[in-house]
Amino acid sequence: MIKIQKRNSSSSLIFYLSPIVAILLTLFFGSLIFLFLDLSPIESFKIFFIGPISNWYGLSELLVKASPLALIALGLSYCFKNNIYNIGAEGQLTMGALFGGGVGLFFYDSNSIFLLPTMILFGSIGGAFWASIPAILKTNFNTNEILSSLMLTYIALLILDYFVVGPWKDPTGYGLPKSRPFSDAGRLPVLVDGFRAHIGVYFTIIIAALSYFIFNKTLFGFKLRVTGFSSRASKYAGFRNDNLIIYTFLISGACAGLAGIFEVSGPIGQLYRDISPNYGFTAIIVAFLGRLNPIGIIISSLLIALTYLGAEDAQLFLKIPSAVGFVFQGLVLFFLLGADFLNKYRVLLK
Amino acid sequence: MNYDLILGILNIVLISTTPLVFAGIGELVTEKSGVLNLGLEGLMLVGAVSGFISLVITGNYFYSFILSILSGAILSSIFAFFVLRLLTNQIATGLALTIFGIGLSAMLGKKFAGTPINGLSPYYLIIFSFILVFLINYILYKTKAGLIIRAVGENHHSAYALGYDVIKTRYLTIIFGGVMCSLAGFYISVCYAPMWQEGMTAGRGWIALALVVFATWKPWRLLVGAYIFGGVAIMQMNLQAFGVKLPGQFFNMMPYLATLMVLVFISSNKVRLKLNAPSSLTIPFIKD
Repeated sequence: MIKIQKRNSSSSLIFYLSPIVAILLTLFFGSLIFLFLDLSPIESFKIFFIGPISNWYGLSELLVKASPLALIALGLSYCFKNNIYNIGAEGQLTMGALFGGGVGLFFYDSNSIFLLPTMILFGSIGGAFWASIPAILKTNFNTNEILSSLMLTYIALLILDYFVVGPWKDPTGYGLPKSRPFSDAGRLPVLVDGFRAHIGVYFTIIIAALSYFIFNKTLFGFKLRVTGFSSRASKYAGFRNDNLIIYTFLISGACAGLAGIFEVSGPIGQLYRDISPNYGFTAIIVAFLGRLNPIGIIISSLLIALTYLGAEDAQLFLKIPSAVGFVFQGLVLFFLLGADFLNKYRVLLK
Repeated sequence: MNYDLILGILNIVLISTTPLVFAGIGELVTEKSGVLNLGLEGLMLVGAVSGFISLVITGNYFYSFILSILSGAILSSIFAFFVLRLLTNQIATGLALTIFGIGLSAMLGKKFAGTPINGLSPYYLIIFSFILVFLINYILYKTKAGLIIRAVGENHHSAYALGYDVIKTRYLTIIFGGVMCSLAGFYISVCYAPMWQEGMTAGRGWIALALVVFATWKPWRLLVGAYIFGGVAIMQMNLQAFGVKLPGQFFNMMPYLATLMVLVFISSNKVRLKLNAPSSLTIPFIKD
């Protein structure tokens, strides 16, 4: 007979071990999938996980993908710690790209050194603005933030679509749904010439360090933890929950907005429809896999970024659709959530 | 504008809206029991690809139909096991299901993309969708089973104290929701398109999710809402015929905007919220 018993205190060993268990289980099921497709698991894993980062260019691409994921996930960790389910980061990213990119397009022939900082500023404002909508709806009208932030994501994607097809379409672009390219002054500098990894990585590292400090050493971080643990306890302590909701949404939106403007002013260089390969949703996996801990998020962002690169190589060399990356992402999240059960409950065999 | 054009457009609206009705009514029942499943898009895609592949292999609509809804039943029972037994976060688990389903369907369907098939006439399932809405409305509001589903969704502790099996009820509603999503997928790949293409549900799962909220969890309103959303989408494609100058994106935005407004309207008042939304939505049931 199997008996399930609630743990009195959660085990921190299991808490940090479960992501590793989830990754191992994902690799196991992944190898079954490769076998099913008549591919050698070892060769496939080599192509999927080692091939993409076996040269400098690959490592730079890893940073290109990991940086936005980590940045968004860091922002989301504020919300999730506070038990606020902002799942609209994709929309906030889009608005960041639209606001910041709008500045870049308005001054498309500028070569001022202030152009890029202004674009970055507007990018974070755009993301924060879009996140403020579910926040205000939540605090003023008690509106479920899960559904509202999701609806707003699709609205944001359509607004971007409108601008790149309509008013902001490149007049010399042969009618393609793309904006004109930003001027050189509106482009994010790269870390090393010849590689695409850009200085957005520095922002990510600084925000990670700052978040680590805020979570562990400030009253704000303490309030987040208390409210997330029990909103009633935090009310007794006199914390203003509404303010916390607004702040965490704004931080999270600003981070997603930054990721958006970094994408368009960095690797992309203009605005078009598909600026993000689902970064906003994938970052939710990154945040959970990283245990809402800034260091964990950095590690998990590198890992999930690898599934993007691996999937591209798998398409090229194994002739399987790049969507295989999604299979791995979905599996790892499933197993992680499942493994967390062992953190909350003890399974006893009698 | 002539009579034939209007009739033609109405026919297209009827054909294109049905998947929304199936996925929406399934999710409605799931949510009525207090579980939010964000995996609709993934379930639909897997349902679409498994229906399509089995039709290509067996050439039999019945097997294809059965295998398609079986895929939805299996995937959704995995989701149910996670959220009900392992008490995982419903939002994250649903997203995992969607991401996994998008990937899995693309992998399975790779060899079959572009394979021509003889589509099944959509009208059988269109008629069935209307009967289904009627049936679900009857079951939810006139039968004991419906009462149990609603009780579990309103307050699972009271329902449990009254002797109802919360976990079993939710298992069944989640699996029903999964089966309906895969049926929507089957309809898209076998009746509507008829073909297979990666990501072919094109966000209909998210619209169906919005639809449930827009309908404030009521089956008849869901049917009406589905035809409004479906109609708007078709109108968007025929803007020239109607002489409308508004950009198409604003039409596509309407379902989401309208849902957002309904959501704000029902949640701004505690009584109104209680009358409309299931109170235990997204809250895991823990016996203590």
